[in-house]
Amino acid sequence: MSKVSLAVNVGGLKLKNPVLTASGTFGFGLELLPYLELNQLGGVVVKGTTLQPRQGNPPPRLVETPAGLLNAIGLQNPGADYFLAEILPELRRHQTNFIVNISGNTVEEYGILAAKLSVPGVAALEVNISCPNVKAGGMVFGTDPALVAQVTRQVKSNTHLPVIVKLSPNVTDITAIARAAAESGADALSLINTLLGMAIDIYKRKPVLGSVTGGLSGPAVKPVAVRMVWQVAQAVKIPIIGMGGIVTVEDALEFILAGATAVAVGTGNFLNPRATIEIIQGLEKYCLDNGIADISELVGAAHISC
Amino acid sequence: MANQVLGKIIGQEEAAPGIYFMEILAPEIAAQAKPGQFVHVKCGSTYAPLLRRPISLHSIEPQVGKIGLLYQIKGQGTKLLAGMRSGQAIDLLGPLGNGFQLPAGLGKALVIGGGMGVAPLLPLLQALQAIGKPATAILGFNDSSSLLRVQEYASCAEKLLLTTVDGSAGEKGLATAPLERELQTAEYSIVFACGPEPMLRAVTAIADSQGIECQVSLEAYMACGIGACLGCACRTREEGQERYTRVCCEGPVYDSKAVIWNE
Ligand SMILES: Cc1cc2nc3c(=O)[nH]c(=O)nc-3n(C[C@H](O)[C@H](O)[C@H](O)COP(=O)(O)OP(=O)(O)OC[C@H]3O[C@@H](n4cnc5c(N)ncnc54)[C@H](O)[C@@H]3O)c2cc1C
Ligand SMILES: Cc1cc2nc3c(=O)[nH]c(=O)nc-3n(C[C@H](O)[C@H](O)[C@H](O)COP(=O)(O)O)c2cc1C
Ligand code: FES
Repeated sequence: MSKVSLAVNVGGLKLKNPVLTASGTFGFGLELLPYLELNQLGGVVVKGTTLQPRQGNPPPRLVETPAGLLNAIGLQNPGADYFLAEILPELRRHQTNFIVNISGNTVEEYGILAAKLSVPGVAALEVNISCPNVKAGGMVFGTDPALVAQVTRQVKSNTHLPVIVKLSPNVTDITAIARAAAESGADALSLINTLLGMAIDIYKRKPVLGSVTGGLSGPAVKPVAVRMVWQVAQAVKIPIIGMGGIVTVEDALEFILAGATAVAVGTGNFLNPRATIEIIQGLEKYCLDNGIADISELVGAAHISC
Repeated sequence: MANQVLGKIIGQEEAAPGIYFMEILAPEIAAQAKPGQFVHVKCGSTYAPLLRRPISLHSIEPQVGKIGLLYQIKGQGTKLLAGMRSGQAIDLLGPLGNGFQLPAGLGKALVIGGGMGVAPLLPLLQALQAIGKPATAILGFNDSSSLLRVQEYASCAEKLLLTTVDGSAGEKGLATAPLERELQTAEYSIVFACGPEPMLRAVTAIADSQGIECQVSLEAYMACGIGACLGCACRTREEGQERYTRVCCEGPVYDSKAVIWNE
């Protein structure tokens, strides 16, 4: 047995280690079973779920950019009822935390989803107010502090589960949004979602993506994400789940030192389906090598020394 | 069950200008792979290019644990691939996707490929030969310099018809011309096709007009290759219901009737 404790508590959500998968990049988790045991993960944040099934956006939905990926999936998902009836029973066979990422078209819909999904087998709710790829709802909720507060309160009053609010980086001052969520009862924050971007096909002289704009993720966005985690960590007291370009243990450590209690791997799963496992092992080794008994000692440690 | 493996490159040769044939020792993949499946290949160790690249299995040799890839240099990823040498390790996910389905009581089959699309058809022809039903193969290329491993195809097909757009080898014109003739003259029960989308649309229309079952192998941009990102969507129709399916999982091979082609 190792002497290092990797366990963390993210706003009431107890994780055996601080490594999660980012919503939309890991399916429901089951898709990854050939590559890793879900039990080894701190948790799985499942694909964004909406009240009604969603078809998603027309292809092409992906385009690669230097060190990044632009996606415009458009929240394709089978809907909350299907998730509860068909997917959750499968997930319950695995010993890890399943966190459901929810998206609504209206404030009320977020509340309905929260109530519906507050069932055994769901460990927490991640409230997506930051998807850049849907027309109604999505990012609009995440760019207005008053709406962020409304959605957060609505979800909180409809669930007993820890509520994690996932913030959009597409704002001028992320700390104002973070405060609005924290003051309205959010138990934790996830940041960041993707950065609004686009790419143009110079031969066709047209946008590449079927829906013109998309969300940028991957190593290219990491410095933006680290900066935002750093800023928000100083602005609020609730824990942060950091994400945006994490592929290696070094990336994960940067987020933790910037103030993230846990981290999530998104695009990194595409490069290496076992990235999460390698990060967990790497965190343990880093702690052992540096005489750290509890990973929590590292959370925000970069703030103290500067 | 798919695997993530470090295969060992044991051969790399230029099959035509800008097109390479790479052989890899990857017993786990070779043991499970079916014609029409693909591997998701990590082409370099940096973040440029970021994503893996999907490449069809062009040869599958379970007895010796070998697979082969036939690929064309298109951009950064495939260029890096072409720079790899025998002895080097290569990070692969696979075998991925649904391959060609051989229906029970299979009748006479016709296999048609265009350009790089011929790549996944060699193991299919071999599989058909192995069950005693060698197929007719129609391979279409641009010109005589872009012919790909024609001898290998000839050795496992009952009959091989070759076309080039400029007439420098085989019949002049598109591969769909001999397809129409064949379907009218012989009793085929199924067509398997892989190639550029306009060709697949034409093949589908011809097979449909003859009432012959047709399977097509499609391409899409892929991020994960394993069904997790929903990036590789293709619009399909099943029992009257239209929806996006994942080319990496439900495909890359589809019943041509299920595909809703782009306008
Ligand atoms: C299931 C599947 C099987 C494939 N099998 C083979 C094969 O056996 N042999 C082979 O040579 N190629 C195959 N391809 C295509 C191959 O994946 C692309 O050529 C490759 O990803 C290009 O990467 P690159 O970095 O070299 O080029 P990039 O720099 O990424 O792109 C160069 C050009 O290629 C086009 N392109 C890139 N990726 C794709 C794609 N997925 N589909 C269509 N066009 C694309 C781009 O539009 C661009 O014009 C397959 C694709 C799929 C989806
Ligand atoms: C293909 C894809 C789909 C995504 N879908 C969702 C989603 O459904 N809900 C959500 O909150 N975030 C979604 N995201 C955002 C990621 O969860 C993550 O916040 C973002 O990609 C940054 O992390 P990364 O750089 O590690 O990918 C998606 C990202 C990608 C690349
Ligand atoms: S490439 Fe990710 S779902 Fe097909």
